[in-house]
Amino acid sequence: MIPARFDYVRPGSVEDAVRALAGGGDDARVIAGGQSLLPLLRLRLAFPDLLVDVGGLSELRGVRETAGSLEIGALTTIYELTRDPLLTAHCGLLAETATLIADPAVRHRATIGGALAHADPAGDLPAVVLALGGSLLIRGPEGEREVRAGDFFTDYMTTSLSPGELLVAVRVPRLGGDWGFRYEKFRLTAQSWAIVGVAAVARRSNGHVAEARIGLTNMGSVPVRATAAESAAAGAEASAAALREAGSRADEGTSPPSDLRGSADYRRHLARVLTGRALAAAAGAS
Amino acid sequence: MNHVSMRIDGVRYDDDVEPRLLLVHYLREVAGRTGTPVGCDTSNCGACTVLMNGVSVKSCSVLAVQADGAEITTIQGLANGEWHPLQRAFHEEHALQCGYCTPGMIMAAADLLRDNPRPSEQEVRDGLEGNLCRCTGYQNIVRAVLRVAGEMAGEQAGAAS
Ligand SMILES: Cc1cc2nc3c(=O)[nH]c(=O)nc-3n(C[C@H](O)[C@H](O)[C@H](O)COP(=O)(O)OP(=O)(O)OC[C@H]3O[C@@H](n4cnc5c(N)ncnc54)[C@H](O)[C@@H]3O)c2cc1C
Ligand code: FES
Ligand code: FES
Repeated sequence: MIPARFDYVRPGSVEDAVRALAGGGDDARVIAGGQSLLPLLRLRLAFPDLLVDVGGLSELRGVRETAGSLEIGALTTIYELTRDPLLTAHCGLLAETATLIADPAVRHRATIGGALAHADPAGDLPAVVLALGGSLLIRGPEGEREVRAGDFFTDYMTTSLSPGELLVAVRVPRLGGDWGFRYEKFRLTAQSWAIVGVAAVARRSNGHVAEARIGLTNMGSVPVRATAAESAAAGAEASAAALREAGSRADEGTSPPSDLRGSADYRRHLARVLTGRALAAAAGAS
Repeated sequence: MNHVSMRIDGVRYDDDVEPRLLLVHYLREVAGRTGTPVGCDTSNCGACTVLMNGVSVKSCSVLAVQADGAEITTIQGLANGEWHPLQRAFHEEHALQCGYCTPGMIMAAADLLRDNPRPSEQEVRDGLEGNLCRCTGYQNIVRAVLRVAGEMAGEQAGAAS
Protein backbone atom coordinates (compact mmCIF):
# COMPACT_ATOMS: atom_id res chain seq x y z
CA MET A 1 0.00 0.00 0.00
CA ILE A 2 0.96 3.63 -0.37
CA PRO A 3 1.50 5.58 2.86
CA ALA A 4 -0.81 8.46 3.80
CA ARG A 5 0.52 11.99 3.14
CA PHE A 6 3.11 13.55 5.40
CA ASP A 7 5.62 16.38 5.28
CA TYR A 8 9.30 15.59 5.28
CA VAL A 9 12.35 17.47 6.49
CA ARG A 10 16.00 16.52 6.55
CA PRO A 11 17.74 18.61 9.21
CA GLY A 12 21.48 19.20 8.89
CA SER A 13 22.37 18.94 12.59
CA VAL A 14 21.19 17.32 15.82
CA GLU A 15 20.08 20.76 17.08
CA ASP A 16 17.95 21.34 13.98
CA ALA A 17 16.49 17.84 14.29
CA VAL A 18 15.49 18.43 17.93
CA ARG A 19 13.99 21.81 16.97
CA ALA A 20 11.98 20.24 14.12
CA LEU A 21 10.75 17.47 16.41
CA ALA A 22 9.81 19.85 19.19
CA GLY A 23 7.96 22.05 16.67
CA GLY A 24 6.02 19.07 15.33
CA GLY A 25 5.03 17.75 18.79
CA ASP A 26 3.00 14.53 18.90
CA ASP A 27 2.49 14.48 15.14
CA ALA A 28 6.18 14.45 14.27
CA ARG A 29 8.17 11.25 14.02
CA VAL A 30 11.86 10.50 13.56
CA ILE A 31 12.82 8.37 10.58
CA ALA A 32 16.27 6.77 10.62
CA GLY A 33 16.66 3.68 8.40
CA GLY A 34 12.89 3.38 8.01
CA GLN A 35 12.97 -0.42 8.24
CA SER A 36 10.33 -0.52 10.98
CA LEU A 37 8.60 2.75 10.26
CA LEU A 38 8.01 2.33 6.52
CA PRO A 39 6.17 -0.99 6.88
CA LEU A 40 3.95 0.71 9.50
CA LEU A 41 3.28 3.62 7.15
CA ARG A 42 2.60 1.29 4.23
CA LEU A 43 0.11 -0.72 6.25
CA ARG A 44 -1.35 2.60 7.46
CA LEU A 45 -0.80 1.70 11.08
CA ALA A 46 0.94 5.03 11.72
CA PHE A 47 -0.10 8.51 10.57
CA PRO A 48 2.58 11.09 11.31
CA ASP A 49 2.12 14.58 9.85
CA LEU A 50 5.85 15.17 9.73
CA LEU A 51 8.84 12.89 9.26
CA VAL A 52 12.15 14.24 10.51
CA ASP A 53 14.82 12.30 8.59
CA VAL A 54 17.96 12.02 10.70
CA GLY A 55 19.59 9.62 8.22
CA GLY A 56 22.05 12.26 7.01
CA LEU A 57 23.47 13.13 10.45
CA SER A 58 26.87 11.45 10.09
CA GLU A 59 27.90 12.74 13.56
CA LEU A 60 25.52 10.10 14.98
CA ARG A 61 27.19 7.26 13.13
CA GLY A 62 30.01 5.02 14.30
CA VAL A 63 31.55 3.66 17.51
CA ARG A 64 33.85 5.65 19.84
CA GLU A 65 35.87 4.61 22.86
CA THR A 66 35.35 6.57 26.07
CA ALA A 67 36.68 5.82 29.55
CA GLY A 68 35.67 2.21 30.26
CA SER A 69 32.86 2.21 27.76
CA LEU A 70 31.97 2.29 24.10
CA GLU A 71 29.59 4.85 22.66
CA ILE A 72 27.66 3.73 19.62
CA GLY A 73 26.04 6.48 17.57
CA ALA A 74 22.29 5.96 17.16
CA LEU A 75 22.59 5.91 13.37
CA THR A 76 25.16 3.13 13.25
CA THR A 77 23.61 0.47 11.04
CA ILE A 78 23.10 -3.13 12.08
CA TYR A 79 25.46 -4.08 9.25
CA GLU A 80 28.13 -1.78 10.72
CA LEU A 81 27.65 -3.40 14.15
CA THR A 82 28.60 -6.75 12.62
CA ARG A 83 31.90 -5.34 11.30
CA ASP A 84 33.01 -2.70 13.75
CA PRO A 85 36.53 -3.50 15.08
CA LEU A 86 35.94 -1.88 18.52
CA LEU A 87 32.75 -3.86 19.04
CA THR A 88 34.30 -7.08 17.81
CA ALA A 89 37.17 -6.61 20.27
CA HIS A 90 35.32 -5.33 23.35
CA CYS A 91 31.61 -6.02 22.93
CA GLY A 92 31.34 -9.19 20.89
CA LEU A 93 27.80 -9.83 22.11
CA LEU A 94 26.50 -6.86 20.15
CA ALA A 95 28.50 -7.67 17.01
CA GLU A 96 27.47 -11.31 17.08
CA THR A 97 23.79 -10.64 17.75
CA ALA A 98 23.69 -8.15 14.88
CA THR A 99 24.50 -10.95 12.42
CA LEU A 100 21.28 -12.70 13.52
CA ILE A 101 18.98 -9.73 12.82
CA ALA A 102 16.82 -9.59 9.69
CA ASP A 103 18.72 -10.00 6.38
CA PRO A 104 21.60 -8.18 4.66
CA ALA A 105 19.48 -5.64 2.75
CA VAL A 106 17.57 -4.69 5.92
CA ARG A 107 20.80 -4.59 7.95
CA HIS A 108 22.30 -2.07 5.51
CA ARG A 109 19.54 0.46 6.39
CA ALA A 110 18.36 -0.49 9.89
CA THR A 111 20.01 1.42 12.74
CA ILE A 112 20.70 0.53 16.38
CA GLY A 113 18.84 3.65 17.49
CA GLY A 114 15.79 2.67 15.48
CA ALA A 115 15.87 -0.89 16.82
CA LEU A 116 15.92 0.40 20.43
CA ALA A 117 13.46 3.29 19.99
CA HIS A 118 11.01 0.98 18.22
CA ALA A 119 11.12 -1.30 21.31
CA ASP A 120 9.54 -4.33 19.69
CA PRO A 121 9.39 -7.04 22.40
CA ALA A 122 10.63 -9.54 19.79
CA GLY A 123 13.57 -7.30 18.82
CA ASP A 124 16.96 -8.74 19.72
CA LEU A 125 18.95 -5.64 20.66
CA PRO A 126 16.90 -4.41 23.65
CA ALA A 127 17.67 -7.57 25.68
CA VAL A 128 21.32 -7.40 24.61
CA VAL A 129 21.74 -3.79 25.76
CA LEU A 130 19.94 -4.70 28.98
CA ALA A 131 22.22 -7.67 29.67
CA LEU A 132 25.25 -5.51 28.97
CA GLY A 133 24.08 -2.97 31.54
CA GLY A 134 24.04 -0.29 28.84
CA SER A 135 22.44 3.13 28.83
CA LEU A 136 20.92 5.48 26.27
CA LEU A 137 21.90 9.06 25.57
CA ILE A 138 18.96 11.25 24.66
CA ARG A 139 18.95 14.82 23.34
CA GLY A 140 15.91 17.05 23.73
CA PRO A 141 15.00 20.73 23.85
CA GLU A 142 16.22 20.82 27.49
CA GLY A 143 19.59 19.24 26.73
CA GLU A 144 21.01 15.74 27.11
CA ARG A 145 20.03 13.01 29.57
CA GLU A 146 21.22 9.45 30.10
CA VAL A 147 18.77 6.65 30.85
CA ARG A 148 19.69 3.14 31.93
CA ALA A 149 18.39 0.42 29.60
CA GLY A 150 16.26 -0.99 32.44
CA ASP A 151 14.38 2.32 32.66
CA PHE A 152 14.18 3.01 28.93
CA PHE A 153 11.73 0.28 27.88
CA THR A 154 8.50 1.16 29.64
CA ASP A 155 5.80 -0.88 27.89
CA TYR A 156 4.91 -2.72 24.67
CA MET A 157 6.68 -0.73 21.90
CA THR A 158 6.96 2.21 24.29
CA THR A 159 10.04 3.90 25.67
CA SER A 160 10.81 6.80 27.96
CA LEU A 161 11.51 9.01 24.88
CA SER A 162 9.19 12.04 24.87
CA PRO A 163 7.97 13.73 21.71
CA GLY A 164 10.72 16.14 20.71
CA GLU A 165 13.52 13.88 21.95
CA LEU A 166 16.15 12.15 19.85
CA LEU A 167 18.13 9.09 20.85
CA VAL A 168 21.71 10.04 20.00
CA ALA A 169 23.86 7.17 21.28
CA VAL A 170 24.01 3.91 23.19
CA ARG A 171 26.69 3.47 25.85
CA VAL A 172 27.86 -0.05 26.72
CA PRO A 173 30.68 -1.12 29.02
CA ARG A 174 33.87 -2.55 27.54
CA LEU A 175 34.03 -6.13 28.66
CA GLY A 176 37.41 -7.46 29.74
CA GLY A 177 38.89 -10.74 28.56
CA ASP A 178 37.47 -12.65 31.55
CA TRP A 179 33.92 -12.07 30.26
CA GLY A 180 32.24 -14.41 27.79
CA PHE A 181 28.96 -13.92 26.00
CA ARG A 182 26.26 -15.58 23.91
CA TYR A 183 22.94 -14.67 22.31
CA GLU A 184 20.70 -17.69 21.82
CA LYS A 185 17.98 -16.83 19.30
CA PHE A 186 15.24 -19.38 18.78
CA ARG A 187 13.34 -19.15 15.49
CA LEU A 188 11.92 -21.65 13.08
CA THR A 189 12.65 -20.01 9.72
CA ALA A 190 15.38 -17.84 8.22
CA GLN A 191 15.07 -14.02 8.44
CA SER A 192 12.55 -14.23 11.23
CA TRP A 193 12.09 -12.76 14.65
CA ALA A 194 12.92 -14.56 17.88
CA ILE A 195 10.18 -16.64 19.47
CA VAL A 196 12.42 -16.29 22.51
CA GLY A 197 15.95 -14.91 22.72
CA VAL A 198 18.45 -15.02 25.57
CA ALA A 199 21.43 -12.68 25.92
CA ALA A 200 23.99 -13.73 28.51
CA VAL A 201 27.31 -12.34 29.65
CA ALA A 202 29.35 -14.14 32.30
CA ARG A 203 32.64 -13.50 34.09
CA ARG A 204 34.58 -16.61 34.84
CA SER A 205 37.09 -17.08 37.60
CA ASN A 206 38.79 -20.30 38.83
CA GLY A 207 36.40 -22.61 36.98
CA HIS A 208 33.35 -20.86 38.42
CA VAL A 209 30.97 -18.16 37.26
CA ALA A 210 31.77 -15.07 39.30
CA GLU A 211 28.97 -12.94 37.87
CA ALA A 212 26.34 -13.31 35.15
CA ARG A 213 23.81 -10.98 33.55
CA ILE A 214 20.94 -12.26 31.42
CA GLY A 215 18.45 -10.37 29.23
CA LEU A 216 15.36 -12.07 27.79
CA THR A 217 13.72 -11.25 24.43
CA ASN A 218 9.99 -11.76 23.93
CA MET A 219 9.28 -12.95 27.48
CA GLY A 220 7.01 -9.98 28.22
CA SER A 221 6.00 -6.62 26.81
CA VAL A 222 9.49 -5.27 27.56
CA PRO A 223 12.90 -6.99 27.68
CA VAL A 224 13.57 -8.34 31.18
CA ARG A 225 16.53 -9.51 33.25
CA ALA A 226 16.39 -13.13 34.41
CA THR A 227 17.38 -12.18 37.95
CA ALA A 228 16.66 -15.55 39.61
CA ALA A 229 18.86 -17.35 37.07
CA GLU A 230 21.54 -14.68 37.47
CA SER A 231 21.69 -15.29 41.24
CA ALA A 232 21.70 -19.04 40.73
CA ALA A 233 24.57 -18.77 38.26
CA ALA A 234 26.72 -16.56 40.49
CA GLY A 235 29.21 -18.82 42.22
CA ALA A 236 28.12 -21.91 40.28
CA GLU A 237 30.65 -24.23 38.74
CA ALA A 238 31.28 -23.38 35.06
CA SER A 239 29.88 -26.69 33.86
CA ALA A 240 27.02 -27.40 31.47
CA ALA A 241 25.09 -29.29 34.17
CA ALA A 242 25.39 -26.56 36.82
CA LEU A 243 24.44 -23.84 34.39
CA ARG A 244 21.53 -25.83 33.00
CA GLU A 245 20.30 -25.92 36.59
CA ALA A 246 20.71 -22.13 36.94
CA GLY A 247 18.94 -21.65 33.59
CA SER A 248 15.93 -23.58 34.83
CA ARG A 249 14.99 -20.48 36.85
CA ALA A 250 15.06 -18.10 33.86
CA ASP A 251 11.30 -17.72 33.49
CA GLU A 252 10.68 -16.80 37.14
CA GLY A 253 8.85 -13.51 37.34
CA THR A 254 8.21 -13.23 33.58
CA SER A 255 4.84 -12.98 31.81
CA PRO A 256 5.43 -14.13 28.26
CA PRO A 257 2.82 -13.64 25.54
CA SER A 258 0.84 -16.39 23.81
CA ASP A 259 0.55 -15.92 20.06
CA LEU A 260 0.56 -17.81 16.78
CA ARG A 261 4.22 -18.67 17.13
CA GLY A 262 4.09 -20.03 20.64
CA SER A 263 2.12 -20.32 23.85
CA ALA A 264 3.28 -18.73 27.07
CA ASP A 265 4.19 -22.17 28.46
CA TYR A 266 6.25 -23.00 25.39
CA ARG A 267 8.09 -19.71 25.75
CA ARG A 268 8.81 -20.43 29.43
CA HIS A 269 10.28 -23.78 28.43
CA LEU A 270 12.40 -22.15 25.71
CA ALA A 271 13.65 -19.47 28.11
CA ARG A 272 14.82 -22.12 30.60
CA VAL A 273 16.59 -24.27 28.03
CA LEU A 274 18.13 -21.39 26.07
CA THR A 275 19.36 -19.68 29.24
CA GLY A 276 21.21 -22.83 30.26
CA ARG A 277 22.83 -22.98 26.84
CA ALA A 278 23.65 -19.27 26.74
CA LEU A 279 25.21 -19.37 30.22
CA ALA A 280 27.26 -22.45 29.38
CA ALA A 281 28.56 -20.84 26.19
CA ALA A 282 29.26 -17.51 27.92
CA ALA A 283 31.13 -19.25 30.74
CA GLY A 284 33.05 -21.46 28.33
CA ALA A 285 31.63 -24.56 30.03
CA SER A 286 32.24 -27.88 28.39
CA MET B 1 6.63 18.21 -3.23
CA ASN B 2 10.33 17.66 -2.56
CA HIS B 3 13.07 17.70 -5.15
CA VAL B 4 15.16 14.56 -5.67
CA SER B 5 18.14 13.94 -7.84
CA MET B 6 19.76 10.54 -8.27
CA ARG B 7 21.69 8.43 -10.76
CA ILE B 8 19.86 5.28 -11.82
CA ASP B 9 21.81 2.74 -13.84
CA GLY B 10 24.24 5.52 -14.75
CA VAL B 11 21.58 8.03 -15.90
CA ARG B 12 20.80 11.14 -13.87
CA TYR B 13 17.18 11.85 -12.89
CA ASP B 14 15.80 15.08 -11.37
CA ASP B 15 12.18 15.20 -10.22
CA ASP B 16 9.74 16.73 -7.79
CA VAL B 17 8.08 13.97 -5.79
CA GLU B 18 5.69 13.56 -2.87
CA PRO B 19 7.61 12.55 0.27
CA ARG B 20 5.45 9.44 0.60
CA LEU B 21 6.58 8.06 -2.78
CA LEU B 22 8.50 4.81 -2.28
CA LEU B 23 11.77 4.37 -4.12
CA VAL B 24 10.42 1.28 -5.87
CA HIS B 25 7.49 3.28 -7.27
CA TYR B 26 9.84 6.06 -8.36
CA LEU B 27 12.01 3.49 -10.14
CA ARG B 28 9.08 1.81 -11.86
CA GLU B 29 6.71 4.66 -12.61
CA VAL B 30 8.97 7.67 -13.07
CA ALA B 31 12.26 6.16 -14.22
CA GLY B 32 10.74 3.27 -16.19
CA ARG B 33 12.74 0.57 -14.37
CA THR B 34 9.91 -1.95 -14.39
CA GLY B 35 12.50 -4.71 -14.09
CA THR B 36 12.23 -4.13 -10.34
CA PRO B 37 8.96 -5.67 -9.09
CA VAL B 38 7.03 -5.26 -5.82
CA GLY B 39 6.15 -8.54 -4.14
CA CYS B 40 4.86 -7.72 -0.66
CA ASP B 41 3.77 -5.03 1.78
CA THR B 42 5.88 -6.15 4.69
CA SER B 43 9.55 -5.76 3.59
CA ASN B 44 9.95 -9.53 3.64
CA CYS B 45 10.18 -10.84 0.08
CA GLY B 46 13.19 -8.99 -1.35
CA ALA B 47 11.79 -8.93 -4.92
CA CYS B 48 12.40 -5.16 -5.01
CA THR B 49 16.11 -5.36 -4.04
CA VAL B 50 18.40 -2.84 -5.78
CA LEU B 51 21.86 -1.50 -4.98
CA MET B 52 21.94 1.92 -3.33
CA ASN B 53 25.41 3.46 -3.14
CA GLY B 54 26.79 0.00 -3.82
CA VAL B 55 24.94 -2.05 -1.19
CA SER B 56 21.66 -3.96 -1.34
CA VAL B 57 18.45 -2.34 -0.07
CA LYS B 58 14.79 -3.22 -0.38
CA SER B 59 13.51 -0.38 -2.57
CA CYS B 60 9.99 -0.76 -1.15
CA SER B 61 11.44 0.16 2.24
CA VAL B 62 13.18 3.38 1.22
CA LEU B 63 11.44 6.65 0.42
CA ALA B 64 12.46 8.27 -2.86
CA VAL B 65 13.37 11.37 -0.82
CA GLN B 66 15.73 9.27 1.31
CA ALA B 67 17.54 8.26 -1.88
CA ASP B 68 18.17 11.87 -2.89
CA GLY B 69 21.76 12.11 -4.10
CA ALA B 70 22.21 8.33 -4.28
CA GLU B 71 23.59 6.06 -6.96
CA ILE B 72 21.07 3.29 -7.72
CA THR B 73 21.68 0.11 -9.73
CA THR B 74 18.68 -1.99 -10.78
CA ILE B 75 18.65 -5.30 -12.60
CA GLN B 76 18.40 -3.24 -15.81
CA GLY B 77 21.76 -1.63 -15.12
CA LEU B 78 23.65 -4.82 -14.35
CA ALA B 79 24.32 -6.05 -17.88
CA ASN B 80 27.15 -4.36 -19.69
CA GLY B 81 26.55 -5.08 -23.38
CA GLU B 82 26.30 -8.74 -22.54
CA TRP B 83 24.67 -10.55 -19.64
CA HIS B 84 26.19 -10.18 -16.21
CA PRO B 85 27.75 -13.49 -15.06
CA LEU B 86 24.93 -13.88 -12.52
CA GLN B 87 22.28 -13.45 -15.22
CA ARG B 88 24.03 -16.07 -17.35
CA ALA B 89 24.43 -18.48 -14.45
CA PHE B 90 20.76 -18.12 -13.40
CA HIS B 91 19.79 -18.92 -17.00
CA GLU B 92 22.10 -21.89 -17.37
CA GLU B 93 21.51 -23.39 -13.93
CA HIS B 94 17.73 -23.09 -14.29
CA ALA B 95 17.60 -20.86 -11.21
CA LEU B 96 14.15 -19.46 -11.98
CA GLN B 97 10.71 -20.62 -12.91
CA CYS B 98 8.13 -17.81 -12.81
CA GLY B 99 10.95 -15.26 -12.52
CA TYR B 100 9.20 -12.94 -10.10
CA CYS B 101 11.90 -13.16 -7.44
CA THR B 102 14.77 -13.16 -9.94
CA PRO B 103 15.63 -9.43 -10.24
CA GLY B 104 15.84 -9.10 -6.45
CA MET B 105 17.61 -12.43 -6.08
CA ILE B 106 20.29 -11.42 -8.59
CA MET B 107 20.83 -8.01 -6.99
CA ALA B 108 21.08 -9.61 -3.54
CA ALA B 109 23.53 -12.15 -4.97
CA ALA B 110 25.61 -9.35 -6.51
CA ASP B 111 25.78 -7.70 -3.07
CA LEU B 112 26.68 -11.02 -1.44
CA LEU B 113 29.61 -11.59 -3.83
CA ARG B 114 30.81 -8.00 -3.29
CA ASP B 115 30.82 -8.60 0.46
CA ASN B 116 32.21 -12.12 0.31
CA PRO B 117 33.68 -13.18 -3.06
CA ARG B 118 34.29 -16.80 -1.97
CA PRO B 119 31.18 -17.81 -0.02
CA SER B 120 30.47 -21.32 1.20
CA GLU B 121 27.11 -22.86 0.36
CA GLN B 122 25.83 -21.94 3.83
CA GLU B 123 27.04 -18.36 3.40
CA VAL B 124 25.13 -18.12 0.12
CA ARG B 125 21.99 -19.35 1.83
CA ASP B 126 22.46 -16.87 4.70
CA GLY B 127 23.26 -14.02 2.32
CA LEU B 128 20.05 -14.60 0.38
CA GLU B 129 17.82 -15.06 3.44
CA GLY B 130 15.98 -11.81 2.72
CA ASN B 131 14.80 -13.03 -0.69
CA LEU B 132 11.90 -15.42 -1.01
CA CYS B 133 11.37 -17.72 -3.98
CA ARG B 134 8.10 -19.63 -4.12
CA CYS B 135 9.01 -21.76 -7.14
CA THR B 136 12.50 -23.19 -7.24
CA GLY B 137 13.21 -24.51 -3.77
CA TYR B 138 16.42 -22.41 -3.85
CA GLN B 139 18.67 -25.33 -4.84
CA ASN B 140 19.49 -24.05 -8.32
CA ILE B 141 19.73 -20.44 -7.14
CA VAL B 142 22.45 -21.42 -4.67
CA ARG B 143 24.17 -23.45 -7.40
CA ALA B 144 24.13 -20.47 -9.78
CA VAL B 145 25.66 -18.13 -7.22
CA LEU B 146 28.37 -20.62 -6.26
CA ARG B 147 29.17 -21.12 -9.93
CA VAL B 148 29.75 -17.38 -10.43
CA ALA B 149 31.90 -17.24 -7.29
CA GLY B 150 33.96 -20.12 -8.68
CA GLU B 151 34.28 -18.41 -12.07
CA MET B 152 35.44 -15.19 -10.45
CA ALA B 153 38.04 -17.05 -8.40
CA GLY B 154 39.19 -18.88 -11.53
CA GLU B 155 39.60 -15.61 -13.40
CA GLN B 156 41.65 -14.16 -10.57
CA ALA B 157 43.88 -17.21 -10.46
CA GLY B 158 44.23 -17.00 -14.24
CA ALA B 159 45.16 -13.32 -14.09
CA ALA B 160 47.73 -13.97 -11.37
CA SER B 161 49.57 -16.75 -13.20
C1 LIG C 1 12.17 -8.11 7.17
C2 LIG C 1 12.60 -7.61 8.51
C3 LIG C 1 13.10 -8.50 9.46
C4 LIG C 1 13.51 -8.05 10.70
N1 LIG C 1 14.00 -8.96 11.60
C5 LIG C 1 14.44 -8.52 12.80
C6 LIG C 1 14.97 -9.43 13.76
O1 LIG C 1 15.09 -10.63 13.52
N2 LIG C 1 15.39 -8.94 14.96
C7 LIG C 1 15.31 -7.61 15.27
O2 LIG C 1 15.69 -7.22 16.35
N3 LIG C 1 14.81 -6.73 14.39
C8 LIG C 1 14.39 -7.16 13.17
N4 LIG C 1 13.88 -6.26 12.28
C9 LIG C 1 13.71 -4.88 12.70
C10 LIG C 1 14.89 -4.01 12.44
O3 LIG C 1 15.95 -4.33 13.28
C11 LIG C 1 14.40 -2.60 12.71
O4 LIG C 1 13.45 -2.31 11.72
C12 LIG C 1 15.46 -1.54 12.59
O5 LIG C 1 16.56 -1.77 13.40
C13 LIG C 1 14.88 -0.20 12.95
O6 LIG C 1 15.85 0.78 12.69
P1 LIG C 1 15.54 1.90 11.63
O7 LIG C 1 16.71 2.81 11.65
O8 LIG C 1 15.16 1.32 10.34
O9 LIG C 1 14.30 2.61 12.35
P2 LIG C 1 13.06 3.40 11.74
O10 LIG C 1 12.16 2.46 11.03
O11 LIG C 1 13.55 4.58 11.00
O12 LIG C 1 12.39 3.88 13.09
C14 LIG C 1 11.76 2.96 13.97
C15 LIG C 1 11.12 3.72 15.14
O13 LIG C 1 12.12 4.30 15.96
C16 LIG C 1 12.03 5.72 15.97
N5 LIG C 1 13.43 6.20 15.88
C17 LIG C 1 14.37 5.79 14.99
N6 LIG C 1 15.55 6.38 15.27
C18 LIG C 1 15.34 7.18 16.34
C19 LIG C 1 16.20 8.03 17.09
N7 LIG C 1 17.52 8.17 16.82
N8 LIG C 1 15.66 8.72 18.13
C20 LIG C 1 14.34 8.58 18.44
N9 LIG C 1 13.49 7.78 17.77
C21 LIG C 1 14.00 7.07 16.73
C22 LIG C 1 11.17 6.08 14.80
O14 LIG C 1 10.46 7.28 15.03
C23 LIG C 1 10.25 4.88 14.71
O15 LIG C 1 9.21 5.01 15.64
C24 LIG C 1 13.44 -6.67 11.02
C25 LIG C 1 12.96 -5.77 10.08
C26 LIG C 1 12.54 -6.22 8.84
C27 LIG C 1 12.04 -5.23 7.84
S1 FES D 1 8.42 -5.76 -2.19
FE1 FES D 1 8.72 -7.35 -0.75
S2 FES D 1 10.50 -6.68 0.25
FE2 FES D 1 10.14 -5.07 -1.12
S1 FES E 1 11.10 -18.20 -9.64
FE1 FES E 1 9.06 -17.89 -9.03
S2 FES E 1 9.33 -16.92 -7.10
FE2 FES E 1 11.31 -17.47 -7.61
